[in-house]
Amino acid sequence: MKIALFVTCVNDTLYPQTGKAVVSILERLGHEVDFPLTQTCCGQMHLNSGYPHQALPLVEAFTTTFEGYDAIVVPSGSCAAMVRDWHSTVAHEAGREDLAQRAKSLAPRVHEFSELLVDVLGVTDVGAVFPHRVTYHPTCHGLRMLKLGDRPQQLLREVDGLELVDLPDATECCGFGGTFALKNADVSAAMCADKVAAVKQTRAEVLCAVDNSCLMHIGGTLSRQRSGVRVMHLAEILASTA
Amino acid sequence: MTNKPDPNSTSNLGGVGGGRMPTYVGMPSFPKAAREAVADSRLRANLAHATGTIRERRQRAVDELPDWAELREAARQIKDHTLRHLDHYLMMLEEKVTAAGGTVHWARDADEANAIVARLVEETGEREVVKVKSMATQEIGLNEALAERGITAYETDLAELIVQLGDDRPSHILVPAIHKNRAEIREIFQRKMPSAPADLTDDPAVLAEAARRHLRAKFLSAKVAVSGANFAIAETGTVLVVESEGNGRMCLTLPDTLITVMGIEKLLPTARDLEVFLQVLPRSSTAERMNPYTSAWTGVHAGDGPSAFHLVLLDNGRTAINADPVGREALRCIRCSACLNVCPVYARAGGHAYGSPYPGPIGAILSPQIRGIGSDVDASLPFASSLCGACYEVCPVAIDIPRILVHLRARAPKKAPERLAMTAAAWSLRTPKRLAALQRAAARGRRFARHARMPRSWTDTRDLPVPPAQSFRQWWKEGR
Amino acid sequence: MTSARQAILGRLRSSGDPAAEYEQIARDYLIRHHEQDLRELLAERLADYRAIVHDAPVSELPTALREGPYVIPPDLPAEWTAGLADRVVTEPYDLEAVGGVITGCAVAIAETGTIVLDHGPRQGRRALTLVPDHHLIVVTPDQIAADVPEALARLDLTRPLTFISGPSATSDIELSRVEGVHGPRTLEVFLV
Repeated sequence: MKIALFVTCVNDTLYPQTGKAVVSILERLGHEVDFPLTQTCCGQMHLNSGYPHQALPLVEAFTTTFEGYDAIVVPSGSCAAMVRDWHSTVAHEAGREDLAQRAKSLAPRVHEFSELLVDVLGVTDVGAVFPHRVTYHPTCHGLRMLKLGDRPQQLLREVDGLELVDLPDATECCGFGGTFALKNADVSAAMCADKVAAVKQTRAEVLCAVDNSCLMHIGGTLSRQRSGVRVMHLAEILASTA
Repeated sequence: MTNKPDPNSTSNLGGVGGGRMPTYVGMPSFPKAAREAVADSRLRANLAHATGTIRERRQRAVDELPDWAELREAARQIKDHTLRHLDHYLMMLEEKVTAAGGTVHWARDADEANAIVARLVEETGEREVVKVKSMATQEIGLNEALAERGITAYETDLAELIVQLGDDRPSHILVPAIHKNRAEIREIFQRKMPSAPADLTDDPAVLAEAARRHLRAKFLSAKVAVSGANFAIAETGTVLVVESEGNGRMCLTLPDTLITVMGIEKLLPTARDLEVFLQVLPRSSTAERMNPYTSAWTGVHAGDGPSAFHLVLLDNGRTAINADPVGREALRCIRCSACLNVCPVYARAGGHAYGSPYPGPIGAILSPQIRGIGSDVDASLPFASSLCGACYEVCPVAIDIPRILVHLRARAPKKAPERLAMTAAAWSLRTPKRLAALQRAAARGRRFARHARMPRSWTDTRDLPVPPAQSFRQWWKEGR
Repeated sequence: MTSARQAILGRLRSSGDPAAEYEQIARDYLIRHHEQDLRELLAERLADYRAIVHDAPVSELPTALREGPYVIPPDLPAEWTAGLADRVVTEPYDLEAVGGVITGCAVAIAETGTIVLDHGPRQGRRALTLVPDHHLIVVTPDQIAADVPEALARLDLTRPLTFISGPSATSDIELSRVEGVHGPRTLEVFLV
């Protein structure tokens, strides 16, 4: 199957290893990956910060870039949710009915990474080996907008050598929230402090999630506290082999 | 900083709502107020304890009903239907209440409502009223307005009493004194309640007993009561108050005159609709199958209860909110406070940081819509959320709070530096070429990132990510 | 000058047929959550909220009386207070001076452990069941409704109604429930 990768601007710029991991897993499973070079950003930051008119051209560019593909994979829960739940609304509210329709018909073909594996490709065992103690943080967009359920855990449980431990109060937000982390830094940091305490309580070596922006926030705090806990995107763990 | 709302500072900045609601004197923007709250470890412990308790209990109460999703959907549809035909149902309500011996008054805003209530009290010749807890009268600052006319309002709900005696402000919709723990409440009672025994302990049952004794004589002698309303039924002209302590029953039954102030969105079309709302409200708010007491009355009942009933229908920005196709969902709210109890931001910032009688997620979408989005605090409220969506998940009338927050963010006034940064970011992201240039610049600066201490709001508590030497797109283009 | 009424209604002008649209509302929820053993369920749910429940004939009612006179509505069946002539007083009476009150009810809701008074036969006016500290209620089997929808269907909303679920309570201190504030602190129910 030919799958288009929307790597997201954050992963593209700061976390290329996540994109590379997605490519290697999908190719290992025998699929063809395409990376259309005209892609940039889904517009989530602009929309959520109150600048929908700045998000509109990004919505249009995304739609134009990807509407020719049958399956699009996004290794970010929040970006996948932005595309699926918001793109047509942004276009509609800007009076761009044509674009709203195009975005609407594209939305069902856009899959978050764990959804693509479990629902579209029907695999949970991707042949990964990762002999470490891992805990999983279900990010808010993954949990409540995409409703990923336990798909990521299904994938992690099949990894050879991996010990999956439950994260206490897992469904609590980590406090990132995009520009919320800057605009309401004190509350954001207080939320993250509790999340980090929960992570440490698990004595996991690695904190895993499906969204690098949340991991940037939690990981940045873990690193500042010299906790020794690493953060890794799900794809990076699944790409690991012996 | 004075704690009391100043009746003279009702804000009417010509914003969306055109309503009037007290802003608390010198109320700073949300992030500033939240900073103090976050640093107050006792406050955070009180909030975490109280919201944590109710959260689990609510979940159990909801899980008990296999048809919760269907009840929630029916509740949503009933509210939306009523809001679409609000004029029709309001006229029906007016007709029925009048026919049952009540008098209906209409108030465009807080000042009109306060003036009506004050006049009605004055006409009875009384200078005191007993009050049932009511968000609508908090919203319009009724107690302060009555005080200006020499009328004393006695709050009778336990938490409202704690707030009133403590010269404090409410910080939660259901439990206005949630920020106080039992020891602090005991201290307030000892200081301000003449009838409190010398050996008063901080056992909640003992504190409740003290409140019972304190208010007993008031209830038995009061001639005028003021209440809010949880629901009103258009078809019958019936008004309902949902409560726990019995202070509501006392106020609604014993005085001669009852004045009810009700937001126009509290309406339901028919008696049957209560079968939905009397199931979803108690389970969402106090996590009970049913709250201890619900009272329903229709006009006046000969030989039983007040002989005069006045219903004040309050707009205060609601008609304007109802005209906004996105924001109007907020009018479905039944004030259960489930969204406050699950909100991670509320749990850390506390209710006072929201600068309004309506705190938490629902407050963040209601206050700027009622007051308009002009003041510092109102402009900051739509941003007082990480958009985690926990509020939407528990809302019994399915208000998509994150959606409305995003909608209001677009309308909030922005500071110039932020606008500039956002425009620059949008420009850089608009074409792949510009993004690639940005990535090359990031790669060049990577050795600085490890030691960067900017922006402070990020780096005070977190390390910055170190940009890679090569972006994903560069890796792909170079043939991997 | 336009009145507030005109101004508010003017801003709400709606169109369409409310009655027809009202019928379209999806009501896919259950009409009841339990099918049988409603008496048992009611007893269990009442007890959950700290009501004292007696699964006993009305002849045992005298055993529940505490100190002081008990006030009753004038139309209470004589057999409910048989042998209690020296203990009961009839409305009107100083409600602050009684030990308790004995009434019937209109409907009981098994699912939620709720007793509904419509202040009709055997119940008296609202103040009667509010001011005394001890409320004894007799519920007959035919008065038990399975759930909230059935109870509402049996009630006339234009009567004054009081829904009672357990004794007076509050969650205002640290959100934990404590029984006994302004209403009767003891609720005692006879399922006859």
